[in-house]
Formats: sequence, C-alpha cells, structure tokens
Amino acid sequence: MRYFYLLATVIFGLLASPIMAVDWEDQRVFSGASPSRVLRILSSTDTAFFEPIIESYLQDDPTVTVEYFVSSTSDLDTIFRQTPKAFDVVISSAMDLQFKLTNDGYAMKVANLPHPDWAQWQQSLFAFTTEPAAIVINKNAFSAQPIPQSRQDLILALRARPDFFRERIGTYDVRKSGVGYLFATQDARLSETYWRLMEVMGSLQARLYCCSGDMIDDLESGKIAVAYNVLGSYAAARAKTSKTLEIILPSDFPTTMMRTALISRAAQNPEKAKNFLRHLLTIQAGGAYENALTLPSLMSRQDPNGQSTIDLTPALMTYLDDLKRATFIQEWSNAIIQN
Amino acid sequence: MSSVLPLSGSLRNQLAVTLIGGAAILAVLLFFVVRAYAAQVAQQGQDSILVASAASILDAAVIRNGQIEIDFPYSAFSILNTPEDDRVFYAIHRDGTLLSGYQNLPQPHIQPQDTKTIVTERFRDETLRLIRISRVLVGENLRTEVFVTVAQTQDALSVTLNTISRTVALFGLGFFVLSALLSFWATSKTIDQLTRLTTSITRRGPQDLTPVDKPVPVEMVPLVTSLNTLMGRLDQSLKRSEDFIAEAAHRVRTPLATVRAYAEATLQRVSREENRQALRSMVHAIDESSRAAGQLLDHAMITFRADHIDLQEIDLVEQVREMVRNLSPIADMRDVTFDLKTDSDVSIAGDPILLQNAMRNIIDNALKYAPNDSVISITVQTGETISITFQDQGPGFPATQIGDLTKRFARGSNANGIIGSGLGLTIAQEVATAHGGTLELSNKPEGGACVTFTF
Repeated sequence: MRYFYLLATVIFGLLASPIMAVDWEDQRVFSGASPSRVLRILSSTDTAFFEPIIESYLQDDPTVTVEYFVSSTSDLDTIFRQTPKAFDVVISSAMDLQFKLTNDGYAMKVANLPHPDWAQWQQSLFAFTTEPAAIVINKNAFSAQPIPQSRQDLILALRARPDFFRERIGTYDVRKSGVGYLFATQDARLSETYWRLMEVMGSLQARLYCCSGDMIDDLESGKIAVAYNVLGSYAAARAKTSKTLEIILPSDFPTTMMRTALISRAAQNPEKAKNFLRHLLTIQAGGAYENALTLPSLMSRQDPNGQSTIDLTPALMTYLDDLKRATFIQEWSNAIIQN
Repeated sequence: MSSVLPLSGSLRNQLAVTLIGGAAILAVLLFFVVRAYAAQVAQQGQDSILVASAASILDAAVIRNGQIEIDFPYSAFSILNTPEDDRVFYAIHRDGTLLSGYQNLPQPHIQPQDTKTIVTERFRDETLRLIRISRVLVGENLRTEVFVTVAQTQDALSVTLNTISRTVALFGLGFFVLSALLSFWATSKTIDQLTRLTTSITRRGPQDLTPVDKPVPVEMVPLVTSLNTLMGRLDQSLKRSEDFIAEAAHRVRTPLATVRAYAEATLQRVSREENRQALRSMVHAIDESSRAAGQLLDHAMITFRADHIDLQEIDLVEQVREMVRNLSPIADMRDVTFDLKTDSDVSIAGDPILLQNAMRNIIDNALKYAPNDSVISITVQTGETISITFQDQGPGFPATQIGDLTKRFARGSNANGIIGSGLGLTIAQEVATAHGGTLELSNKPEGGACVTFTF
C-alpha cells in the first residue's frame, strides 16, 4: 500500500506533472544549439532579467534546454515543496522561504564554490544579488511638494494630502507575496515607524499587490502615486524607459535582501544545475559576461552608505513560524485593512 | 681485566625507556583527558545556547482570549547562527498537539522533577542536539502545558572539537618531546657521574691504588667507599708483601755473605779434590742465592720508586756511558767488549736510579749469555721516540717463551747453569712502564738477543 502510494506520487510527480497544472506568471523555453538535456528553473524573477543570463549560459553549453518557470515567491515555495523532483534550480527573492527550504533539506550541497561565507548557507543556498526595498513614486504626484526621503517623510507627505493619496498608494499584500512578507517583517523588526506607516496607508485605503511588476505598472500609469517596498531592481529597470518614476532608498533604514538560488536535492540534472549555478554566481560577482548583468550584483555586506543586508541566518525562520505569522498577519491586517 | 663481564642491560637505556615511556603514557592520557573535558565544555556551550533559545520562545507564550500566542523574539533563532551554518529545528506543542514548527521532531520525555531535558537524537539524517522545556500556562478556566523543543545540528561543534583535538594533540606531542629531551638530559647527567668515576679510575697508572677523593653523588658513596676500601686493602697487602720480600732478602743476604766467607776460607784449607768441588758448588749456590736476594731487593725498591716516581732531567748518554764503565771490568774478564753508539746529548725526564738498575739488569743478562770474546752493542736512538737497544751475540731468547720472559721469576729454557733469579727483565720492564715506555724483546736474524728499551 505504501509502495503503491509512493509510486503514485512519483508518477504524478513526473507525468501528470504539476508544472502543467500551475497557472504560471510566465513560462519560457530557451533551447541551446544541440539540446539533449532539460534544465528546469523555478524562479520568482521576471524572465526579462534572466534571459541574458540563460542565453550566455547556453552559449557555453549548447547541449541544454532551459525551461524557465516564473511564479510568485509564496507560490514558488508551495510548488517546490510539493514537487522537488520537477525542478533543478530554484531562485527566489524571498530569502526566508529559501532559507527554510534549505534548512528543511530540500537543497543539494555544492561544495567548494568560491563564494563568500556571508552570502551562502550550508553550501547549499547561494545569494547572488543585493537588492534594496525602495519607495517608488510617480514624480507627477510630487511636482509641487518635496520628495520624501524616509519613511517618516512619507508619513508626513501622506498625512498632508489624504484626499490626493486615497486609494493611490500601493504595497505588497504580505499574505500573498513571500518577498513582501520578508520586507514587512524586517521593517517591523527594525522600527515602529513601519506600523505607523501601515496605519496611515490603511486609513488611505492602500491598494495591495502580489508583485512588484504590477505595482510599477500602476505607478507608471498614474493609477497610484506611491509604492512602498518595491524591489529596487525592477523599478530601476523600468525607470530607464519611464521618466515619471523615481526610486527612493529610505534614508532612515534601508531593507536590503539578497536573491538566492539553490539546487534541488532531487534534481534530475544536478551536474547541469551546478554548472548553471556557477555561471550565475560568476556573472553576479561582476566577473565575465558583463552584458548579462541585468540584476544588481552581489555587494559586500556593508556598503559605504551603511546599508545592511538581511543576514542568511536561522533567524529568518522566526517570522515563518505559524504562530508568529498568524500574529503578524493579524496585526498587519488590522493596520492596513480599515474598511 | 680483559675478561668480558656478563651484561645485564644498560642502565642508561633502562632509565631513558622508563622516563620516555612514562612521558608517552602521560601525553596520551593528557590528550584524552583534556579533549574529553574540552568536548564537555563545548557541548555545554551549545546546550546553554539551545536552552536560551528555547527559553526565549517559551517566555513569549501567553494566553490571550483563550488562545495561546507566542510572539517570540527574533533573537530566539538568531543566537543559533553558527559559522558552520548548523540547521535548526524546533517545535511548539500544547498538551501533545503541535502548535507550530517541525512535525515529527523527537519529543523526549521530561522527568517530573526537571524542567528540561537535553538529548542527542537522529532526525532527517542528521544528528541533533535537542532540548525540550515546558511551562504551565494558567488563564481563565484554562490550565495548559506548553512544550518548546529546539534542536540544532552539530557541525560547528564537531569543527570546534576537531580544532580542540588538533590543538591538544600538538600540545601532547610538545609535552612528549620536551619530556623525552628532559629524560635524555637527566639520563646522561646521571650516567655522566658513573662515566666520570670510571674514567678517573681507568686513567690511573697500574700502581696507583690511592683512594678516590673527588666528590661523588650521595647514591654512589657506598660504591666508591667499597672501592676505596678494596683498593686500600690491595695496596696494603701489596706493600706488605714487597716489604716482606725486601726484609727477607736483606735478612738472607748477610748470613749468606758470612757462609760464603767461611766456604771460601775452607776452600783454601782443604786439599781433597772432591771436598773442594763440593765447596765450589756451595759457593756457586751461595752466589746465586745472594744474587736472587739482591734482585728481590732491587725489585722491591723499584716497585716502591715506581709508585712515587721522581722524574728529573738526566743525560741518557752519560748514564749509559757510566754503566758501561762500571761493568767493563766484568766484561774484560770474559773478553767481551762493549760497542756503544750514541748521539751526543740525549736528555730525558727520568729516575736515574731506576734507569741504572734497569740497564744494569739488561747488560748483566747480556754478559751472562754472551759467549767469550764477543761484542755487546748498545745503541741510543733518538727520533720520534727515544730508545736504547742492547744486542749480544749469544744464543738469543727461546722463541716460544719470548712473551713471558718479563714475568716474575720466568727464566729461559736455555738458562741452565747460568746464575739468575728471573727478575732482571721484570725489573727492566717495570722501569720502562714507570717511565711510560715499553720493553721489547726480540732475536736478531744473525743470532743474538736484542732488548729495546723505548721511552
């Protein structure tokens, strides 16, 4: 009975493949020149950012077809926990979820990678970007007003023109977004200002988003005027083409996360996955393939501005605790949803 | 002296092996004891951090509106961060049901008298150090027990233990090497005392039987005292026997002279040939006895002087000339001539009386065995060593006995009828030894005995 169950799981895992069942945000196949193997990457990063990385990898190794699946950070965690066999590489901006995956034994050890100690955990989880959470504004909304430089400034600005900002503020729905939850918990851990900001945003019926991309879309179109805790890298990419966006790194305290990658312990193609990981880390370390560097590179822990990065330590598991999470979501909901 | 003593091992080796073996055992013991202690301390370190972590979770547990809330601090897990990235597992239970954390994490039983339990368990293919603590929460109409389990892998601990082991091993090795060096030093220092005593006794002349008077360690005092007593007794008994011989010879000589005088006188008076013959034999025997007594006296004197040799600058050639002069009358009686070949002026440090005695005995011997009308050549040679060679044209030494002739009372097999005591060459030999030289006997290929006295 037990074996039957196991067999059924395996068959389900491989054939009925949940990959088909999932409603992906994006799904792309990159084929090398003479593909013989498939490397499946499960990622929370928009395809556009990874395209150059994958393309440059395929130049080096044309025997691989890369299937790139994009989902939100929390869905990604759920999908991967259900079918760890279906993916070779997992990339996510939700450091805490990635950390817990590693702690729970889903990641494969890759020994002797020349990667700094602070940017890896258990030789299994590798950080490859340093990305701040940013306040992004539509400049048109602040044409006559000073641009806020900190959370405190933002609170004052919002309070000054409540009617203007009503329903025109956006932030992550921490119930749906893993990275949003990470940013929120880290903010809350560091300062009470976060809760006051949430109170203000709640009173102005803030819009809640699943992803940075959507938030930036609405910001660009003018549907919202301010977005809080947006992934700086996404906003920066969009700001290149859109003159209306301005990215503010809060001067009181920045929250900076590292995008991380791990190789599934049940990977079908571990060798190719390791090669890809090596390639990714090389690019992000600022070495070869400068053209492929579309994401912020991995910076030293403490940059001159005193930006401190969220550490890869067991403490990341604190807010993933069911009780803690329930308490936090409750408090957060109370603050931001005030109908 | 030259016989080989049976050995019962080496004192130095025994001492060194005991000390080094002891040091090795101590070093190994040190390694295990210190490592075990360090491991215990390191484990206590991990345990106390786990306890702190679990306690900070449990402390945060409160009952609010009938619900349990545990808003534990960030530090609860951040203190569990290790350089080796140890994995962390935890579980929070309420009366046996999981509230949050890892399912299936082992839940060791907490003894009723304890508030916590610490065990090492296997979980998910890892060895975990696991701590479990509990607390009773009391709310309105509610009494419930909350259990917190926190577990951590032991990678950092084993790295620490390896480092400790390596350090302690190095420490133990260092201890051993130092102890070994110390053992060698102590051993050689101890044996040195014995070696010094041995050397000081070995270096002595054959006649030196004075007691050892250099300071010796307490432990060696009985040995040295016995040795000194033994040597004292030996010395005394040697002296006594020499004294006895000298005294005896002296006492014998005077009556012998009287007897000889009477015999000579009687020989003048008797005319019967058989009586005269008997008297002549008597005189001959008396001569032999008196000569032996003289030589015994000489020998005793030489033994005494050799013990307290009084070296002075003397002219060897002059000594030899004087000797030849003194003995010429006797040689003339037998038509034997001396052929003296010398360099001028050969001066040596020596005892003139001993040297004259030795030379007289050697030349005496030569005269006794030399045929009538022959030459005894005496050559004084200088060069690397100074030596005097005495050579006669007699029958030479019996080849088979040549090595033994310098022993006391040894006489050649061809000495029949010739007066002699067997002490002449012994005396010459002893004089040579007292001067740090040698006496060498040989036969010339053209015939005749050759005695070489080398300084």
